[in-house]
Amino acid sequence: MSTTHHLTSPFSEADIRALHAGDVVYFDGPLFGIRDLTQIYIFDQGHTPPVSLEGMPCIHTAPSLRNVDGKWEKICVGTTTSTRMDRFTPGLIGTYGVRAIIGKGGLYQGSLDAMRMYGAVYLAIVGGAAALETEQIEEVEAVYFEHLHPEALYRFRVKNFGPLTVAMDSHGRHLYDEVAEEAKRRLPDIYAKLGVA
Amino acid sequence: MSSFDYRIVEEAAKQSYIKALCDLPPDVRVALHKAHDRETVPTARAIFEAMFKAIDIADQKKTLLCQDTGLPIYKVRVGSRFPWNGAAIKNCLYEGARRATQEFPFRSSSTHTITRVNPQTSVGPGLPVIYWDFVEDSDALDILMVPKGSGSENMSKMQMFYPQHGIKAVKKFILDTVVESAANPCPPGVIGVGLGGTSDLVMRLAKDAICRPVGQRHPDPQIAEMEEELEEAINATGRGPMGLGGDVSCLAVHIEYAYTHITQNPVAVNTQCWPARRARAVILPDGTTTYGY
Repeated sequence: MSTTHHLTSPFSEADIRALHAGDVVYFDGPLFGIRDLTQIYIFDQGHTPPVSLEGMPCIHTAPSLRNVDGKWEKICVGTTTSTRMDRFTPGLIGTYGVRAIIGKGGLYQGSLDAMRMYGAVYLAIVGGAAALETEQIEEVEAVYFEHLHPEALYRFRVKNFGPLTVAMDSHGRHLYDEVAEEAKRRLPDIYAKLGVA
Repeated sequence: MSSFDYRIVEEAAKQSYIKALCDLPPDVRVALHKAHDRETVPTARAIFEAMFKAIDIADQKKTLLCQDTGLPIYKVRVGSRFPWNGAAIKNCLYEGARRATQEFPFRSSSTHTITRVNPQTSVGPGLPVIYWDFVEDSDALDILMVPKGSGSENMSKMQMFYPQHGIKAVKKFILDTVVESAANPCPPGVIGVGLGGTSDLVMRLAKDAICRPVGQRHPDPQIAEMEEELEEAINATGRGPMGLGGDVSCLAVHIEYAYTHITQNPVAVNTQCWPARRARAVILPDGTTTYGY
């Protein structure tokens, strides 16, 4: 049972509470690109983002951009593994009001707890499909903390961005963990069939 | 022999790197469509459909499919009748990889292992990785280019078992390794397995295994049967595309083997992500170059 949602960012708490693990999301509007160094700069080195992230989606991005006459243009924008950035996520959600983290591979329990408390979700993107992601980014609207490029804070504008799978919802469901649990449940039978039990 | 123009090899090294990043091999496309056909979970089907859209965009715009341009690997097979200068070919592979990165241009994924400085060339000590092989009765210099991204390469694993552990331990190790790697290697991809040899050779065998056209069975029926068994076991876990649940958790298991020591039983797993990127350039002594997969 999976519902497809078409949303516009920034998201309200109600938008996000309506999403359930396994649903599919597409959205239009602003999207912030962040990664390891961006978040080390904000949380470990104490630099407040110069722009509001309230209600916004943030993507764990691996951007290849070029600056042509002072304007940033996309070359190829893909998504990187999220787990490395888990420790920053409760802060993004609790302190800065971020409503959706987009990445691949998922996050851990502390992030899931923050999602439940404040109303946020983890949206899984299809890894390896950067060509599609790049196409769905209409424009690089702004680059903040520019000296950190390629790990600056990017404001993209996206159109029909997705498909994104709701992998961690605001009701405490964690799809990756559920899939892992199910695999664990099936393993004894699989071992037996393979003759390795 | 001295008249051969090695700039042809440099061009082939450059073009094959670009081709591998932009143009998915036909066997991988077929395998993904077959996987989509048998997938019953709706979210998993949507993931396959996103993959197909990404492939279409990369085809139409001649652009990168994935931003992770990987560590460059060249597998070189030198035919017995090809006039070859190994040092010249090696230089051409280094220069071709550098030019692909800077002239296309794309992100270099190669960095200094201690300082982490990335000179944006894809080239440095030990990179590109070059595997040499030599074949009888051939005119050709056959170069297979394989860019290896980090999501999948990070999930590599090797174990030295003893003979007493038997094939059971080996099969369990392969299955457990795939299960533990979860969503990280961008499944469903090709699971490359090396059996036998030495600690270094077994890892290379696993790498050879991911380079085989998807679904092509090993000619040894015993190995082919083990490939089928493991494929079925991995797909039965229900991990699915991107580890989000589904019927298809791998496109194929490929196994390569070598003889080993009487007291050893090495096994290695090297996973390839769903795009299973590779490109081939075949060069003849007259300089004719044909690109393929």
